Amino acid sequence: MDLIASHITHRFGDLAVLDDVSFTVSAGEVVAIAGPSGCGKSTLLSILGGLLQPTSGAPELRGSPPADSLNPLTFVFQDFALLPWATVEENVEFPLLHTQLSAAQRRALVEDALRRTTLTDFRKTYPKQLSGGMRQRVGISRALAVKPAILLMDEPLSALDSQTRELLMEDFVRLLADGGMGAVYVTHNLEEAARLADRIVVLSRRPGRIREVVTVPMTRAERGETAAREKLLALQNQIWSLIRNEAIDAEREVQHA
Amino acid sequence: MLDRAATETAAKTEATRRVRFRGAGFVPASSRFGGWIALALVIALWQVAGSTGLVNPLFLPAPSAIARAIYQLAVSGALWQHLSASLLRIGVGWMLGTAAGVAVGFAIGLSRLARSVGITFISALFPIPKIALLPLLILWLGIGEEPKIATIALGVFFSTAISVYSGVDAVPRNLIRMAQSFNVPFATIVRKVIWPGALPAILAGFRITASVALLLVVSAEMIGAQYGIGAFVLQAGNLMQTDQLLAGVVILSVFGLAVGKVIGWLEMRLLHWR
Repeated sequence: MDLIASHITHRFGDLAVLDDVSFTVSAGEVVAIAGPSGCGKSTLLSILGGLLQPTSGAPELRGSPPADSLNPLTFVFQDFALLPWATVEENVEFPLLHTQLSAAQRRALVEDALRRTTLTDFRKTYPKQLSGGMRQRVGISRALAVKPAILLMDEPLSALDSQTRELLMEDFVRLLADGGMGAVYVTHNLEEAARLADRIVVLSRRPGRIREVVTVPMTRAERGETAAREKLLALQNQIWSLIRNEAIDAEREVQHA
Repeated sequence: MLDRAATETAAKTEATRRVRFRGAGFVPASSRFGGWIALALVIALWQVAGSTGLVNPLFLPAPSAIARAIYQLAVSGALWQHLSASLLRIGVGWMLGTAAGVAVGFAIGLSRLARSVGITFISALFPIPKIALLPLLILWLGIGEEPKIATIALGVFFSTAISVYSGVDAVPRNLIRMAQSFNVPFATIVRKVIWPGALPAILAGFRITASVALLLVVSAEMIGAQYGIGAFVLQAGNLMQTDQLLAGVVILSVFGLAVGKVIGWLEMRLLHWR
């Protein structure tokens, strides 16, 4: 199943946020969206996932999701969005409650998702008892439980410390390694974008337009090798040079706002 | 450069002194028995003042006299007669008001139409002291239990509706968006996200409405009732039986404390995740 951003434009009142953004995320592909602060990255992701109506244009799907997918477009949120009154396993089971699945089938999906995110031992724990990294693991586990075709990740690591970020990044690389699941990964962190994505959509300063689409010139498997580090760093520098001046302008604009 | 090195060397030879602890923020710790000890102390002082004749018992009877009055009321059966009448009015009035308040509060919290209509009416009617409506309610409903129960229900309704829709408003929108992103139906979102999310505010509202109900039942019983704690207190006051009067006040206080304990227990059971 492909996800297509088709001429998406969005305004919040008088404020133009996105301007004619079009690109396609093919099945199994990981696309990062990067750009200066306030360029509309998260707004674009909300529109792609059907949580915000664009002013014009539309998100579209092409092809069918895998037969076992219960929620083809599934979000992983920056702030985790966990139900604080529910345990880890109840949080993971939450999106399955309204489906036609039997209790045993739900339990099996929850088990599998908890195992894949190494949360099995924390099933009875409440979110407040967990570290930020573990909370985001619960968010990822919940997303995996519905077997998504495309994960929509809104800066999923930005609320975490650098060591936890690194550990979770390794998890993302592992989860997306087989190409069975695509992803749109919104980030302001160019290193994350270069390590995880097949293509990076670079947006301009507000109103966000596509500045450039950068293809990462190596496979995801190759990126873990030492020799790849220089190439990835060069890629990050290339993208940074594209957005640096606009990032400075955006920062000044935010400070004056 | 040399000056700095010399200063550092000189400093190393000086005696050390501890950095003074300047505080860790204002975090008042509550003592487990402090409150009870203070209460016992006040009662003891009050008793001494009464026993030694320092205070005229006609104006302020000693705690032992009040305890004796409560005992006599219990033995004679009058306590239960008055208490049961008040409890019935509070119980029925509170439940009716709460049921209506929760329903209207949720409607205001979830529906644009209900919000625009409901908030206008609540803003206009909430400030009215509900006891002022008792004469009108007597005209409408007669002189039986109904107007007293309706007064309590009205008082409870407005506070409940406000606390419920405030609670619904306070549910983090990201949780609702999360549920919507999984195509969770509206009814499930209300049941599994909004209800538990609003529950802390709803229970906090229950604390307020319990006090409102107590206040209104006493007021209503003082205006027009033969039985009930309010009627009993008024009657005792008219007869200058201050020990009986204060016995009624103590019973009201104990009732208020008991309700507070029940709500505290509910909070502990239902909000253990906080």
